[in-house]
Amino acid sequence: MADVTVEERAEHVRSGGGWPGYLARKLGGGLVSVFLVAVLGFFLFRVLPGDPVRTMTRGAPVSAEQLEQLRQRFGLDQPLWKQFVDFLGALLRGDLGTSYTYSRPVAELIAERFWPTVLLVGTATVLAVVLGLWIGTRAAWRHGSGFDKASTSIALTLWSVPTFWLGLIVLMVFGVGVGPIPGLFPVGGMSSPDTPAELIPQVLDVARHLVLPSLTMVAVIYAQYLMVMRSSLLEEMGADYLTTARAKGLREDLVRRRHAVPNALLPTVTLIFLHLGLVVGGAITVETVYSWPGLGLLTFEALRVPDLPLLQGTFIVLAGSVIVMNVVADLLYRVLDPRVRAA
Amino acid sequence: MGRRILVALVVVAGLLVPNAAVAQPATGGAAKLRVAVPQQIDSLNPFLGYSLASTDLFRLIYPTLTTYSPQDFSVTPELAESWETSPDKLTWTFHIRPGVQWTDGRPVTARDAAYTYDRMMHDPAAATANGNFVENFESVAAPDESTLVIRTKTPQATMLAIDAPIVPEHVWSQVEDVAGFANDRMPVVGSGPFELTEYEPEQYATLRANPRFWRGPAKISELQFVQFKNTDASVQALRKGEVDVAQKLTPAQFDALAGEPDVAQVQGQGRRFFEMLINPGAANSAGAPIGTGHPALRDVRVRRAIDQAIDKQALVDRVLTGYGQVGGGYLPPIFDDYHWAPQQPRRFDPAAANAQLDEAGYRRGPDGIRRTPQGEPLNLGFMLHASTSADAQVGEFVKRWLADVGIAVELEPVSDNQVNDRTTAGDFDLAISGWSANPDPDYVLRLQTCGSRPSPEGGGTPDSFLCDQVYDDLYARQLGEFDPAKRIDLVKRAQQRFYDQATASVLYYQNSLEAHRSDRYSGFTTQPAAEGVITGQQGYWGYYGAQPTPAAMNSQDTDYGTAALVLVGVVVVAGAVIVLVVRRRRATVDERE
Repeated sequence: MADVTVEERAEHVRSGGGWPGYLARKLGGGLVSVFLVAVLGFFLFRVLPGDPVRTMTRGAPVSAEQLEQLRQRFGLDQPLWKQFVDFLGALLRGDLGTSYTYSRPVAELIAERFWPTVLLVGTATVLAVVLGLWIGTRAAWRHGSGFDKASTSIALTLWSVPTFWLGLIVLMVFGVGVGPIPGLFPVGGMSSPDTPAELIPQVLDVARHLVLPSLTMVAVIYAQYLMVMRSSLLEEMGADYLTTARAKGLREDLVRRRHAVPNALLPTVTLIFLHLGLVVGGAITVETVYSWPGLGLLTFEALRVPDLPLLQGTFIVLAGSVIVMNVVADLLYRVLDPRVRAA
Repeated sequence: MGRRILVALVVVAGLLVPNAAVAQPATGGAAKLRVAVPQQIDSLNPFLGYSLASTDLFRLIYPTLTTYSPQDFSVTPELAESWETSPDKLTWTFHIRPGVQWTDGRPVTARDAAYTYDRMMHDPAAATANGNFVENFESVAAPDESTLVIRTKTPQATMLAIDAPIVPEHVWSQVEDVAGFANDRMPVVGSGPFELTEYEPEQYATLRANPRFWRGPAKISELQFVQFKNTDASVQALRKGEVDVAQKLTPAQFDALAGEPDVAQVQGQGRRFFEMLINPGAANSAGAPIGTGHPALRDVRVRRAIDQAIDKQALVDRVLTGYGQVGGGYLPPIFDDYHWAPQQPRRFDPAAANAQLDEAGYRRGPDGIRRTPQGEPLNLGFMLHASTSADAQVGEFVKRWLADVGIAVELEPVSDNQVNDRTTAGDFDLAISGWSANPDPDYVLRLQTCGSRPSPEGGGTPDSFLCDQVYDDLYARQLGEFDPAKRIDLVKRAQQRFYDQATASVLYYQNSLEAHRSDRYSGFTTQPAAEGVITGQQGYWGYYGAQPTPAAMNSQDTDYGTAALVLVGVVVVAGAVIVLVVRRRRATVDERE
C-alpha cells in the first residue's frame, strides 16, 4: 500500500504537478492570451484608416465645434496611451465602450446578440458532430466501399462550396420552394413578429427559423468531423485489442461501438472544442444570408462603418471564445486520455 | 436503423407544424403591411438615429413643421398650418394646427416644437442627427400654445424644409442624457399616422395605425418593418408572401420578378446622383493646396475633355441595364423644379476630346500616352468603392475610354471609408462620389462652395473642391431668395456654372427599384405622383395611402392552438420510439462484454 503512494507521488513530480498546477497553468495561459487579444484589439483597429469622428458624422455638414464635442465625448481628444489605459481600466470593469452607430453600450449590444449565435452555432455543431462521427465511423469501418467513397466525396464537396452561395441555394430550395418542393421554412430572421407570446408557439417559431441557417452550417462543417473520425478510426483498426475483442466472440457491431470508437474519439473531441471557438466567427456569412441577429451580423455591420468600439468588443469576445475553448479542450483531453496525465 | 429514420421524420414533422396546422382567418379584418428593410435601424431616438431606415420610421411617428407633397415635393403644411416672415426675413412665425394630439392624449403645441429645436441648439448630443437644421437659429420661442417664433442669424430660404422630428416635451424633458436614451419604452409617444408598439433589434419594428392622427387613421391597421441583411432573401420573401414590399433591388433582382404573378414592380426615379470627381487642385478653407491631385487636372480644358470622352449612355445601358437616366446637371430629374439639363451638353465625342487635349498642350508620346509639358506621362488614378459592383464596372469603361484619348488610368478600389477620407483630404485624381439630394437643393449645392472645403484643423464636407467666386455668389443668392421662381433660376445658373467648370462629371441618375404584392395591396401613394417611389419618401405618404385588398383584410393567421396539440403528439410519439430503442438495447446487454 505504501509503495503505491510513493509511486504515485513520483509520477506527479514527473508530470510537473497535479490537477491544481495543470489547471492554474492552463487558466493562466488563457488569461495572458485574453490580455494580449485586448491589446491587439485596441491597436489593430486604430491602424484602420479614417478619422473615427468623421465616421460618426458620415459626411453630414457639422461644425468644427460639434466635431470637437464628439471627440471629447468618446475620449478621442486624449493621447493614445491615455486612451489605452482608459480602455484597459474600463475593460476590467466589463465596460467595452459605446458604439458609434447605435449610441449604446457595446457590452449591451454584444449580450443581446450573443445567445442567438450560441443557439445557431450550438445546434449546428451538435448536428454536425453527430452526423460527422456517425458517417465517419461507418465510412472507416467499411473503408474502400461505395458508401465510404460516396460519403467522403459528398462531405468534401460541401466543405469546399462557398458558404454564401450554399446558403442562397438552400434558401431558394427550402425557403421558397422549387418545383414540387414547397417553401417550408422562413427565409430570414430569428422570429416572426406575430407569434403569440406563449412559450410553445415562441419555441416552435424560433425552431422553424433555425432550420435553414443551421442546415447550411451543418452542411459546410460536418466534413471535418467526418474526416478526422474516419482517419483516427482507420488507425485503430489493425490494433490487437480489437482482435482480442473479436476473439471473445463479440458481435462486429459491438466491437466497433464499445472498443474501437471510444479510442478513436480522442482527437475528434479536441477538434470539436478547438473549432467551437472558430465557428462563432464563421457564423458571419450564414448570419448575413439569413439575417440572423447574432454576433456575426453585428461584426459585419461594425466592419462596414467601421465602428471602432464595437469592432474592439466583438473582436475580444470572438477571440476570447477561441481561447476559452482551447483551455477547455486542454482540460478535457487530460480527463479523457490518461497518457496526457502521465506525460 | 429504421427507427432512427422514424425519429428524424417525427422531429422534422414537428418543425413543419405551424405550416401544417389548420389556418383560420384572423378576426376583425385587420390588414398588416410588411416591408422588407435592407438597412439597420440604428436608434429609436430621433435625435440620434440617422440611417435611412430610422429616418423612415421617425417620419411615421413624429410630426414635422412642414412636409413635402406627394405630388411634386412642394412644401405642404403639416403641424404648422400657416407661417409668415418678417420684412428682414430673419423672423419666422409658424401657426401650429389646433387639435393635434400626442398618442397619449396630450395636445401637441408650439411649446413642443420650441422645446425640440431649443434642445438641439443647446445640447450637443441632441444635435447629432439633425443639428445642421438649427445651425443658423438665433432663438426659438413659443409665446403661446399655437405660435412658434424662430429668429435666424442670416436670411435662410430653407426654413420650410426643417426635416427634424418634433418630440413631446412632457416625455423628453425627463430625459437627462439624450446620448444614452434608447427611447424604447413601448408604445413610443408620437403623433404621426403610426405608433411604434414593438421593436426587436435587427429583426423587426411593428407600428399600429394611430386612431387620433389628425388626417384620419391609415387604411392599414399595422405596419411592420422586417430586417433583411440580404436583398436576395428579401426578394425571396416577397415571392413567398412573407413580406409585401421589397426595396433597393438590383436590376437583376428587379428583372427576375417580372414574370411573377401577384407581384407588381415599381420603377421610380432615384434621389441619388452618381458622379466622377475630377480633382481641380484641392485646397483647404485657408486656400492652402492640399492632397495629391494631378496638376494637369487644374486645366479646365483637360477636365472638360475627360467628361467628353465618357459615354454616359453606355453606362446607363450597360451598368444600370437601362434603369436610369444619363447625367448632366447636379440635381436628379426627380426634383423637377430644380433639375437642370445643359443646353449645349458635351456629348460623347472622343475626337473632340482629343482635339481639346492637343490644344491644351498634352501631346501624345510614342506609346500613345499623352505627356505633360514637363514630359511626364498623363497617368491618373481612379478611386472606386471596392464594395460596390457598379463602381468596378464604371471603372473599367472609363479606363478604356480615357485610353482612347491618350490618358492612362489606374483603378484604385478602396474601402468606403477610405473613399471618404481621401476625397476629404484631396488625395485623388479621379474618384467616384454621389449624394442623395433633398427636395430642397441647398444641402447638395453647398458641397461645392469654397466654405465647404476642409478647414486646416479638420471639419468641412467638400465634394469636388470647386472653389469659384461666381458659383459662390449664385449659391448665396439662392439661399437668400424667397421668390420661388427666382430661386429656381439661381439654382439652375449655379448648376450651369458647376457644369462649365467640370470639376466633376455627373455620370447618371439611378432609378429606385421596388416591388410589392399586388394581390394584397394597391393604391400606394408614390412620391412624386409620376415615376415616384413607395419607400424612403420625404413624408409618410407611401404607407399611409396603402389600400389593402380583400385578401389582405382576411389574412390567414397560423393557428397555434392546433400547432401546440400536434407538437405534444409529436413529442409523445418520439418519446415512445426512444423508449422502445432503449429497451431493445437493454435486452442485448448480456451480449456486450
